[in-house]
Amino acid sequence: MAKVLLLGRLRDIAGWRERVIDPLPATLSALRRQLTDEDAALGEALSGPGVQAAVNKAIARGDVALTANDEVAFLPPMSGG
Amino acid sequence: MAVRVQTEPFDAGALLSAFAHGRTASGGIVSFTGLARAATDGHAVSTLELDAYLGFTEPAIAAMQDEARARFAVQDLLIVHRYGPIAPGEAIVFVAAAAEHRRAAFEAADFLMDYLKTRAPFWKKETGPGGERWIEPRPSDYDDAQRWTAPPERMP
Repeated sequence: MAKVLLLGRLRDIAGWRERVIDPLPATLSALRRQLTDEDAALGEALSGPGVQAAVNKAIARGDVALTANDEVAFLPPMSGG
Repeated sequence: MAVRVQTEPFDAGALLSAFAHGRTASGGIVSFTGLARAATDGHAVSTLELDAYLGFTEPAIAAMQDEARARFAVQDLLIVHRYGPIAPGEAIVFVAAAAEHRRAAFEAADFLMDYLKTRAPFWKKETGPGGERWIEPRPSDYDDAQRWTAPPERMP
C-alpha cells in the first residue's frame, strides 16, 4: 500500500499526517500535482523553500518514478537540538 | 558510538556518568545538554513538541555521528535526542564526546550540535498562550553550521 506522510507544519496545513493513496501517481511530480489539486494551501506549502521529499526514507533529488508500495514523505526544513 | 531517539525523558547526569564509566584511555569528555526553554523570542512556551520521522531520523543522525568521528580524533560519541511533547526545563538533546585530548572532544560536540540544529530530521512546534507555532532553524543556526565547511586553516 502506497503511503504519503506529511511532517512538521505540513501536517497542520493539510489536517492529516499519513494517508494511503492508491493508486499512487507514476512520479513524484504527479503526486505533488495531485495533492495540490486537492488542497491548494498544501500545494503551496509543498513548493515552499526548503521542502524536500523522501521516497522509502531516502531523500529524492528532482523527479523520481514511484511504484505501488512506495512511502513518500514531505519534509519541511529540519531542526533538531 | 550510539544514537538514541526516544520519547522518554532522560537524566543528563546519569547519561554522562554511564558514558564516563571505565574510560581509562580518554583524557577528557565534553558533553552538551539542550533544554526546552520556557520562552523563545519573548513568546511564552508551555510545551515543545518534536515530530520525528522514525526510520529516517535515526540513520540521518548516525550519519552525522560518523562524520564527526571521521573529522575529529574522538574515541567515542553518544547522541540522545527526544521527540514527542517536552515540558520547559526538560532536556531535549544530549551529546557526549570522549577523546584522548580535549580539543577533539570540544570540537566534535560543537560540530554535532551545529549539525543537529540545522540537519537533524525533527520538526519543532511550540505551544503557548499565543497559540502554536512551528520553529525552523534561525539564520544564526545556519551560520553556525557553515563554520564547519570553512577550510580548516581558517578555524582558530
